[in-house]
Amino acid sequence: MKAKYFEPFRTLAVILIALVIAFVIISLVSDRPLETILIFLWEPLATKGHIGNLIEMAIPLMFTGLSVSLLFRANLFNLGAEGIFYFSGVVAAAIAIHASLNGFLHPIAAIAAGSVVGALLSAIPGILKAKWNANELVTSLMFNNILFGVGLYILNYQLRDAKAFSSASYKFEPTALLSRIWPGTRVHTGLIIVLVMIVAAHVFLYKTKWGYELRMTGANRAFAGYSGIRTARVIILTHLIAGFIAGMGGSVEVLGMYTRFNWVSLPGYGLDGALVAMLAKNNPLSVIGAALFLSYIRNGADLMARLSDVPSEMISIVQAIIILLLSAEQFLKFWKNRMLLKEARKHG
Amino acid sequence: MDSLWSVIWSTDFAFSILRVTTPILFAALGALISNRAGIINIGLEGIMLVAALTGVVTSAYTHSAWVGLLCAVLSGVMIAGILAFFTLQFKTHIILGGIAINMFASGGTVFFLYLLSGDKGASSSLQSKVLPNVDIPLLKDVPVLGPILSGHNVLTYASIAAVFAVYYMMKRTPLGLRIRSVGENPHAAQSVGVSVVRTQYTALLLSGLLAGLGGAYMSMGYLSLFTRDMTAGRGWIAIAAESMGRSTTVGTTLTSFLFGAANALANALTVLKIPSELIATFPYVATVIGLLVYAIGESRKRKKAAVKPNEG
Repeated sequence: MKAKYFEPFRTLAVILIALVIAFVIISLVSDRPLETILIFLWEPLATKGHIGNLIEMAIPLMFTGLSVSLLFRANLFNLGAEGIFYFSGVVAAAIAIHASLNGFLHPIAAIAAGSVVGALLSAIPGILKAKWNANELVTSLMFNNILFGVGLYILNYQLRDAKAFSSASYKFEPTALLSRIWPGTRVHTGLIIVLVMIVAAHVFLYKTKWGYELRMTGANRAFAGYSGIRTARVIILTHLIAGFIAGMGGSVEVLGMYTRFNWVSLPGYGLDGALVAMLAKNNPLSVIGAALFLSYIRNGADLMARLSDVPSEMISIVQAIIILLLSAEQFLKFWKNRMLLKEARKHG
Repeated sequence: MDSLWSVIWSTDFAFSILRVTTPILFAALGALISNRAGIINIGLEGIMLVAALTGVVTSAYTHSAWVGLLCAVLSGVMIAGILAFFTLQFKTHIILGGIAINMFASGGTVFFLYLLSGDKGASSSLQSKVLPNVDIPLLKDVPVLGPILSGHNVLTYASIAAVFAVYYMMKRTPLGLRIRSVGENPHAAQSVGVSVVRTQYTALLLSGLLAGLGGAYMSMGYLSLFTRDMTAGRGWIAIAAESMGRSTTVGTTLTSFLFGAANALANALTVLKIPSELIATFPYVATVIGLLVYAIGESRKRKKAAVKPNEG
């Protein structure tokens, strides 16, 4: 095997190890381990409805995965997608409730507003980083909690329907909802939007000057600066784009999957986005597969919890192992070294 | 407004500040030690959660709060050890490692809770023990001070003791010196024979120990049971307190108390119909402002330093 195939091979190895660990946990916990494993692996693909669920969940994961990929690619450890996803959802919900537009313009207006708000909010940690080198990780984590608090306030004090039984907003205008594109499932036009965004991000990253500058800045900010790239601008631009995508994801999720806004905790898609980005090696096109895979094991775990005696939270243990091993530079490194050595000998 | 003043100036309120600050303070001290060693541990939230569950479960099975506390702390050290192993040995990125720990903890604790108690929400079916409250002789009879300072959980006093211990350790012991030197300049530390990896290992394990104490307090002092995601962001507030306290023991302790007071105030203000959602954001807004002021100051300093040689 050649050394250049090492990275994909390593990703596969990590996924296999994680699945084996999942099987071991299931075997220890379940009374009927084989049956349970089969449910976990097969059930998400068994019916049209389940495949629909898999794709529905993959849509927000693709949005946040794409957003985080761009940030990570620029070597920016910003985890703000979580809060932006939530807050943009609130913004989109507010427009879905209060504006009256036709069925074509209404979702566009709501999504555009959510995306722009997301971009502007994301720019704040970006500007602080670019101008004063304030740690973007800490500021973005703080922003998650701030945006959650403010968003929850808006939900409870501005949008809340007193007649609803729990903390939920007024119903969205029917014109604001995204239409279903696959009869029999809840898969909505958000899928098309996210695929367009992914292709656009691919083109941006690999075919434009700005994308090149982003990659150079990510590889080595100092070097990029010496070669004439204005890295501060690149950092702010990257934050704007990433926030835009995360905000769009939150808006699309709210309008595609719900008729009221009812998130009373952070939905977690931002941190999942970090996992998707890692699986995708920060590569826009690979985000599609990574999000589908994560959605597949999540849905497998949910169905397993419903149909067997193993709780679905098992999957978070598997996810943690995937993150730890995937980001472990040294994991299986000896193998790569051996491959390189062999190749070197052959050529030498 | 009158009722607000009467709430704030009551001894109950001062008492509740200490009570609420305890877990934040433990975790913030943990954040401080690892940050000073140059390795940012964002897994504190998860470590606290694991320790909280471990304390409840082991105290229920052994019928001893103290064994529970010991096991909770050990579990905190163990999780920190796993994080250290991956980041230092396998070169996992420390932030991604921290995310993994948090992900593991928020789902994993529910998973184990369900296996052990059949419940996914709370550990009420487990007969877990609680760590005792301590009345301080003499002090407890002093007016005003007595009701504020006496009668707290034993871990609240331990958190104050931990402040002094961490202060002494960082300033006066060889370990503290090694931690500071590794954090400031690992290459320089290495060149004089300090093992960077071993020092960072120690720092991470110590941060796990402190977060473990904070977690044990949550489920065996602050409350008397484990509930799903019960740490509720205290690990993040701790990181905020540590950043705003600029990684000094005194600063971190003061900001921890400030955020604890904000938390206690948020609880008290619900009477006044001020939205608690907004008050809950106070520590984070304060931290962003604090970080910004600090970062601007630092970059001014850097610019001055960069200009000077040219002038001379």
